[in-house]
Formats: sequence, C-alpha cells, structure tokens
Amino acid sequence: MGRNVLLIEDEPNIIEAIRFILSRDGWDVRTHSDGTTAMDKVQQFAPDVVILDVMLPGRSGFDILREIRATGPLAALPVLMLTAKGQTRDREMAESLGVTQFMTKPFSNEDVLSAVRDMAEA
Amino acid sequence: MIPFNILVAVCVAYAAFLFAVAFVAERRAEAGQLGWLRSPLIYTLSLSVYCTAWTFYGAVGYAARSGLEFVTIYIGPTLVFVGWWWLLRKLVRIGRTQRITSIADLISSRYGKSNFLAAIVTILAVVGTTPYIALQLQSVTLSFSVFALEDLRPWVPSDLNATAIWVAAGLALFTVLFGTRNLDANERHHGVVTAIAVEALVKLLALLAVGVFVVWGVAGGMGQVADRIAESPLAETTFQGGRWAGITFLSAAAIITLPRMFQVLVVENADERHLATASWAFPLYLFLMSLFVVPIAVVGLQTQPEGANPDLFVLTIPLSMGAEGVATLSFLGGFSAATSMVIVASIALSTMVSNHIVMPLWLYVQGRGATVSGDVRRVVLMSRRLSIAAVMTLGYLYFRLTGGTEALAAIGLIAFTGVAQVLPALVGGIFWRGATKRGAVAGLLTGFFLWGYTLFLPSFGPGGVMSPELLQHGPWGIEWLRPHALLGVAGLDPLIHAVFWSLTLNTVAFLAVSLSGFPSPLERLQGAQFVNVFEHSTGVQGWLRGAAEAEDLLVMSQRILGSEKAQTMFHTAASGQGKAGYLPDTTPGFLEQLERELAGSVGAATSHAMVGQIVGRSSVSVEDLMAVADETAQMMEHSIQLEAKSEEISRTARQLREANEKLTEISVQKDAFLSQVSHELRTPMTSIRAFSEILKSDTPLAAEDRARYSQIIHDEAIRLTRLLDDLLDLSVLENGEVQLNTQTGDLQDLLSRAITAATASDGPNLRVARDGTTDPVVLTTDTDRLSQVFINLIANARKYCTAETPRLTIRVRQNKGSVEVDFVDNGDGIPKRSQSIIFEKFSRLGDRNAAGGAGLGLAICREIMANLGGDIAYVPGQGGAAFRVRLPLDVAKAA
Repeated sequence: MGRNVLLIEDEPNIIEAIRFILSRDGWDVRTHSDGTTAMDKVQQFAPDVVILDVMLPGRSGFDILREIRATGPLAALPVLMLTAKGQTRDREMAESLGVTQFMTKPFSNEDVLSAVRDMAEA
Repeated sequence: MIPFNILVAVCVAYAAFLFAVAFVAERRAEAGQLGWLRSPLIYTLSLSVYCTAWTFYGAVGYAARSGLEFVTIYIGPTLVFVGWWWLLRKLVRIGRTQRITSIADLISSRYGKSNFLAAIVTILAVVGTTPYIALQLQSVTLSFSVFALEDLRPWVPSDLNATAIWVAAGLALFTVLFGTRNLDANERHHGVVTAIAVEALVKLLALLAVGVFVVWGVAGGMGQVADRIAESPLAETTFQGGRWAGITFLSAAAIITLPRMFQVLVVENADERHLATASWAFPLYLFLMSLFVVPIAVVGLQTQPEGANPDLFVLTIPLSMGAEGVATLSFLGGFSAATSMVIVASIALSTMVSNHIVMPLWLYVQGRGATVSGDVRRVVLMSRRLSIAAVMTLGYLYFRLTGGTEALAAIGLIAFTGVAQVLPALVGGIFWRGATKRGAVAGLLTGFFLWGYTLFLPSFGPGGVMSPELLQHGPWGIEWLRPHALLGVAGLDPLIHAVFWSLTLNTVAFLAVSLSGFPSPLERLQGAQFVNVFEHSTGVQGWLRGAAEAEDLLVMSQRILGSEKAQTMFHTAASGQGKAGYLPDTTPGFLEQLERELAGSVGAATSHAMVGQIVGRSSVSVEDLMAVADETAQMMEHSIQLEAKSEEISRTARQLREANEKLTEISVQKDAFLSQVSHELRTPMTSIRAFSEILKSDTPLAAEDRARYSQIIHDEAIRLTRLLDDLLDLSVLENGEVQLNTQTGDLQDLLSRAITAATASDGPNLRVARDGTTDPVVLTTDTDRLSQVFINLIANARKYCTAETPRLTIRVRQNKGSVEVDFVDNGDGIPKRSQSIIFEKFSRLGDRNAAGGAGLGLAICREIMANLGGDIAYVPGQGGAAFRVRLPLDVAKAA
C-alpha cells in the first residue's frame, strides 16, 4: 500500500496546513492548485489518495470527481472532498458522484488524517 | 268656344292615355325591365303630387288676393329638400329597413308597434285628407263648368256637380287597378308612379304655356308685365312676417307628414341616391311652377270682368282670348294636378285604413283561428280596395255637403296644419331614443284636438259646426277658451294662432310625457333601430325560439305574400341554415325577417300579432316581451359585472405571479449570497483552526515555523474581520441606511491623500501620475466615503496591474454639470466578458489569493457612488483597466 497523496487545493495556507499534517504522519504529499490541469496530475502521479477542493480556479471539484469516476482505472481511487461550501446539497452532489469521504471546512486535523488512513487501507 | 262634348272626349282620351302609361310601366316592371322606371327623374316628378289643383289653380288666386305670400308654399319644401335632405334620407332608410308602409305605420313601428298609435295617425290623416280630396273634386267640377257655361245643349248635365261622381269613380277604378295589384304595400307601384310623373310634366307644361301666353300673348312682353305689376293692387299688399314664417314652416312640415308625400317620398322610393337628384330637381320644379303665377294673377285682375273667380284665371284668361288650345292644355294640367293627388292620397290612406283599422278589427273578430282559416291574402286585398272606395266616397260626400263653401277653399293650409301634428312624434322618434309611446299619444291627441278646436271646426264658419256664440265668447261664455283666442291670445291670424297652439302644446305634451316615463323594452329596441338606422340594419330581437312550427308559418305566409314569394323566402332561409326543403328552423332571426316581410303587406303591428299567434300559440303580449327584454338586460348587466370581476381576478393573479417570481429570484440571490459568504468565512477559519491545532499539538516545531504559523493565524483573523466589516458596510449602503457625513473639500486634495493612503503599506510598487485639470474642484459631499472609493480603486490597480512597471494615471475633468475622475492603469485591463460582473458582490476575478479580498470592493464603491448621487463605471478601450467616477456638480455642491 503506497502512501502517496495528491492534494488539489488553491488556498496556500490550507495547502501548507494539510501538507504539514500528512507529512508528519509519513505521507508523500504532492499539491496542485489549478482545476483545469488537475486531471493530468492525477493521471501523472497515480496517487493512492486524492484530496480535492470544490471551488478551484478553472474547473470545479465536482467536475474533476466525475471524470475520475468515469476513467476506468481510477473508478476506485479514494477521493476525500473538502469544501467550504457547507450545504447539504453539496454533500449530496458529491455522494451521487461517488466520493469516498466528504468533509466541510474548517476541519479537524485529526479527522483529515484518519480519513486518509482509512481510505488508503480500505 | 270648345264644345263640351269635345272637352269630355279629350278628358276621357287623356284618362285612357294615363291608364295605358300605367299599364305599360306595370308590364315592364313585371318583366324586370325597370330601366327608366327607376330613374331619379321619375322619382322627382312623382314628388310633384305636392302640387295639387289647389296649387295649380289656387296659387294664382292666392296671389291675386294676398300678393307674394303664395311663395311660402314653395319655400318650405325647398328648404327641406336643400337643407334637410339628410332627414329625408334617414326617413327613407328607416322606411326601407323596417319595411314601412305608411306614416301611420312608421309612428306605430317606432313606438313599440302600437296599433293604437297607428289608428290615431290614420284617423288624423283621414280627417285631414278627406276635405283635400273634396277640394280636388271641386276644382275639376269648377273647371268643367267654365267650359260648360255657354254650352247649353240638352245632354250637358244641368247639375255639373254630378261630374264629380264620375271623376271620383274613375279615380277609384284607376287606384284599385294600379294601386292594389300587389299586396305588398311596401313594393313600388310602378304604374301609378309613372302615370303621376307624366301628369307632373303635363301640369308643368300647362302652367308654363299659360304663363308664356299671358306674358307674350296678352301683356306684350316682360317689360309690359313689370309695369302692370307695379300698377296692380298686388304691389301694395303688405308683407306679414308672422304669416310668412308660419306658412313656410307649415309647408316644410307638410312635405314630410302629408300621407301622400310620405307615400311617394319614402314608400315608393327605390333608391336612396334618388334623393340627391330630388334635392335640387324638386325645388327647381317648384320654382318653375311658381314662375308665372304673379303675371297671370295681375293680367287676370286687369283683363277679367269684375267679380271673376281669380282661382280660375288660369283657365279663363286663355278662354276669353280665344286661345282654345292653351285653355285645353290648362284644363288638362288642372285635371292632372287633381287626379294625381287623389290617386296617391287614396293609396296612402287605404293602406293605413286597411292595415291599422280594418285588419286589426278583422283579426280580432276572427280570433285565434285567423291565421289558419280563410285566405288572408284575399281579405287584405279586399280590405284595401274597399278602403280606397271608402276614402273616395268620403271625399265625394264631403264635396257634396260643403261644396262651394269657404271651408273648402281654405282647406289646403288647414289640412297642412292637421297632418303637421305628426311632426313632433316623427322627428322625436327618429332622433331621440327617450321618446315614448305615451308621449307620442299625448302629443298627437293634444295637437289633434287643438287643431280641430281652433282651426278645422271653426273653418266651417259661424253656424257651421260651432255656433256664433261659441266663436264669439267661448264655450259657456268662458272668454279665454275662444277658439281663435286661446288664453286670451287674440289678434293673431287664426291660422298662425292654431299652428302656434296646436304644435306648441303637442310638442310640450310629447316631451313632458316622454320624459316622465320610461320606454318599454320593445320601444327601446325599436327606438334604437330608428335613431341609429345608419349604424345597424339588423332586426329587432323580438322573438325567442319557441315552439313555432315552420309549417304553420308557411301556410300563413302563403296567404299573405302569395305562394311563390312565401315559398321562395322559406326555401332561401332553409338553405341558408343548411337544410333542404321549405321548412327552416324558426330562429329568432328568421321570425324577424318573416315579420318584416309580412309587415310590408299588413303593417308592423298586425304582422307582429300574426306571427305571435303561431309562434306563441297565442299572441305574444307586450308584457311577455318586456319580461324577455328586461331579463336580457339583466343578464347583460350580470355578464358585464362578471367580466369585470374576472378581469380583476386575473389582474390580481398576474400581480401575485409577478410578486412570486420576484420573491423566488430574491430567494435564489439570497441563497447564492449566503453560500458565498459562508465560503468566504470558512476559508480563513480553516487555516486558523488547522494551524492552531498544529501549534497546540505535541509535535516539536522549529521556532521560525511557529512564528510563521502564528503570523498566518493573525493574518487570517484580520482577513475575517475585514470581510465582516465589508459585509456590514455593504448591507448598510444597500439598504440606504447609510449616514452621510457631508463636508466641503477640494477634489485634488482628496486624491492626493487617497494616493498616499493606498500606496503606504508594503506591496507592489505603483507609480501614480496626475493628469487633466489641476485647478481646485470644490465639492460638498461625504468626503470620507469618496476617499474610500478612490483608495479602493488605487489599491486595486496596485494589486491587479500586470504591467512590468505598473503605472496609474488619474485624470480629473470638469464638465458643465459634473466632475469626472478617470483611473487608468497600464495593465492588460479586464476581459470583455468580465466587465459586466466586476461590480457584483464576490465577483473577484482570477486568482483570489493574489487579491486577498473577498471581492466586495467594487460593489461597495458602486453603492457609495449611488448614495452620493453619482456613479462609477468601467471604461473599455483605454489600454489598461480604466474606471470612471462621476459626480454631478450641482448635487455635489448641494449635498
């Protein structure tokens, strides 16, 4: 089981926080902050877990998730969706698209870490 | 001297000629070769029944006695034809659309098809016309006597009055033959009309011939005649304004109300356009008829022996001069004038008597079964023929009883006054919808009575009908009731006195009674049809679809209209409804059409009753019709109310829908806004929470990391605070609750301070240049708020300008009413598609991290400018991002 995480997020401070949390636990964290090219990075890095923001410059996280699930080899890729849009509608949307875990910002560091661990082990 | 037998032969030959003319015209009309029979000239000539023997002979006598006053008889009709022909046109149109058969029928039809009213008018017409017919008979007798005076052969009847009986019988025969050929009284009597037109020509030619003979043959030319006129007593007759006006008015009224005039003018009219010709041709005819009247009168007075009857000058002048040809022609002219009047008058009267007196009585006597037993067609024809004979007999009897008395000589104007009593009801009926049957009855009876009391009965002379005491001192010695001085109005000419009182009180009664009541529904419907005859020509909604059986109606119609005509009408109606055969559905429309058809034969009231007998199994009472019409009126009222309600409801629904749409839109906007606010708040919170947890945890951290993380928490807290401040600010500005702190300041100073404030903090370098006017621009406004806008714009340029060496140009320009400040940087500018949204909330473009704001700055700027009375706009095409702030100077100063 690999320990590669791809974090797709555009808020620098949040990137730094998550990188710190996961690195401390021994994960290899790569980041990307642009929606349009996010899919290329997923293909390129073939991460074990993807953490995905919803509001990204260029392309929405929901769109990216939909494409991940539609791409054969990635259909089972664990995806943790983090969003500042905290409405029930967004959670339902994410679940209908086949998200693995869904979390609203602000999150507890502990929760993010355990979610990533769970997903990687599952 | 013309031997009497030759005169009789000429007379008989002339009569035979007239019969032939009528016969040929009738044959041509039957064959459908109407041609000249429908000419407007024939119509115009037929109108000359106005000129009777009274005019032909009497005008000269009138002139000999009263000078020029006789022309009033011609002026009245001329005024009507030239000035009031639109009234005639309305009458003709009503006559056509309502299939009116007589003036009595018109009045009856207008006032709710009342037979009572028709009977009153009929009696009035008979009373007024009978003496007039007698007068014609007398004139013929007199003219015969002029020729017979010196012929004393034994076969010449000693009593010339006996000729009158032969003339009357001949006229009756002619009228029966050509006046009752068709049952439909509304159809044209082509034979009669053509014969009348021929007689009109003979009249005119005869009078002109006598005139020419008198002027050039006797007097020796126009000059001589003028001299003779100047010498004659005619030159001394005085002009009596009252009589002139009164008689002009009377003759104008008579041209419309005389039964014979109504007959030729309305009933016999084939084409409304003929009126246009008649409007000038008939006055011309009258003018020619009056042309030689004065010369003949003057010459007659001077050449004829003392005491000679001036009424016969037209005959006696040529006779005494030995001009037998002219005399014979003149005799024929007088004969024509008399006979044409008698023929037309008896047709008109017989139609009225038959339709409004005989037929209703017969229907009443026959009872319910009338419409299905007996041949109604024959009954109607017989009734009309008998009526003609009766009218003629009445005229003859009147002549025999009063022959030679004053009563007969003066009867012309007396008859005019009598029939003029119809005028208020007639004119009121076709121009005033409020006129009622009661009003018409009241007016007619009042006028009729006063005419009889003040004019007709006294005309028989003291001791005739009224005793001398009554004429002198009034009934029972009541002076103010004297027939010639009602209410003490003495000294007036008896004719003018009678015209004044009868027509004034007639009109007053008509108006007062009409105004005091309300017309019944049928009267209202008919009133609308008459008054607005030019707007609609559809029938009255009188019949409801009932249990009427088409077969019964057909049987009845055949009896009245004749088999062929009735079958054609029923067949056409049936095929119009898409049915074969002869039995259409008895729709209200069909019943009305049928009723109108029948009305052409038997009059509106009788026809209404006949159809009613079949349709309702009994005659439909006026009360039934009233109920129906009132119900209809109520339903219309309700329907109007319902329509108004439904209109109101749909309007309310529309308003509600609009309000709902607006609310939905607002709700969507609110959701989007909340979602955005939530997002903008959660993002800094996320960083704060994440880093504070890191700092709190046991993990050892390098000192610089610890410091940096603390700094992030601090910065994000500031960002949160600023966001909340902006949101509150925007909310206040948007709701218009902002408190403006108005101060006076110089725009240039404000800009300088804003530049300093916006560029003070650490960050990208921005060169700011000033352009445009440097003169002080004094503003009175909320300078702090205006500065906030300036600082925001400069800060934006500093943050977003992409140029290598960012530069911002601030240009101040003062226009007539406003001051403009442009902020133009040298960057890439804002893409066209984004230009429209930059002033919206949270509309931050591009990488939001570069901005560090929540995207509320420009939205706040826009709200501030709106609050200050100015505006802010993006100006495309300036090289870089360019914003223009505009503040009206008057507002700026006044604020």
